[in-house]
Amino acid sequence: MPEAPQKKKFCRFKKNGIKYLDYKDANFLLKFVNDQGKVLPRRLTGTSLKYQRKVAQAIKRARHIAVLPFTGDSLK
Amino acid sequence: MTTKTKSKTTESVVLKDYESVIIFTPVLNDEQLKDAVAKYRKLVTDEGGELVHEENWGLTKLAYPMQKKSTGFYILFEYRSKPDFISKFELAFRRDERIMRYLTVSLDKHAVIYNQRKRNGEFNQGKKDQKQEGAK
Repeated sequence: MPEAPQKKKFCRFKKNGIKYLDYKDANFLLKFVNDQGKVLPRRLTGTSLKYQRKVAQAIKRARHIAVLPFTGDSLK
Repeated sequence: MTTKTKSKTTESVVLKDYESVIIFTPVLNDEQLKDAVAKYRKLVTDEGGELVHEENWGLTKLAYPMQKKSTGFYILFEYRSKPDFISKFELAFRRDERIMRYLTVSLDKHAVIYNQRKRNGEFNQGKKDQKQEGAK
């Protein structure tokens, strides 16, 4: 297959053994949203499906308690 | 009293781990906030739960305006309680005008461990890869 243009992506949770995502930690969750505040797809972040679900859940919780915005113009 | 009231099941119910974030309106003064927090702290322990941890983030800026306010007092409770206590607890939140928003989450085993280690300050040694960049 015509794959792997650059270096291989990896799931940062599996690699670093992170089991739990804290929805209160805005700085960490910011890595998984674009500058409008949308959740980034797996194809860009390399997160495995199991942890992508947790990322999505954590971001939604963070939005609810106003730790992350629902929308924004320039988050980063 | 000497009458043996066999409190059946009430004692043997398994406690589960929960965590609640409560956002109080910024119009409260210190005294009122302390009263409100004490009320909920008492509620947890009165209902047979045990408070594991309490955290006060102080007056924090919200990511977006809520009820036309841009700040709020964040209070975090981590506690162990019976599962049917949560509906009572949340009902109390909804009735309370001082509370702008709340979020209750049940914690799995990884979350409990994570919270414990966070409290012990283990994450400041670069354990969680680049997570510390923005932290104070």
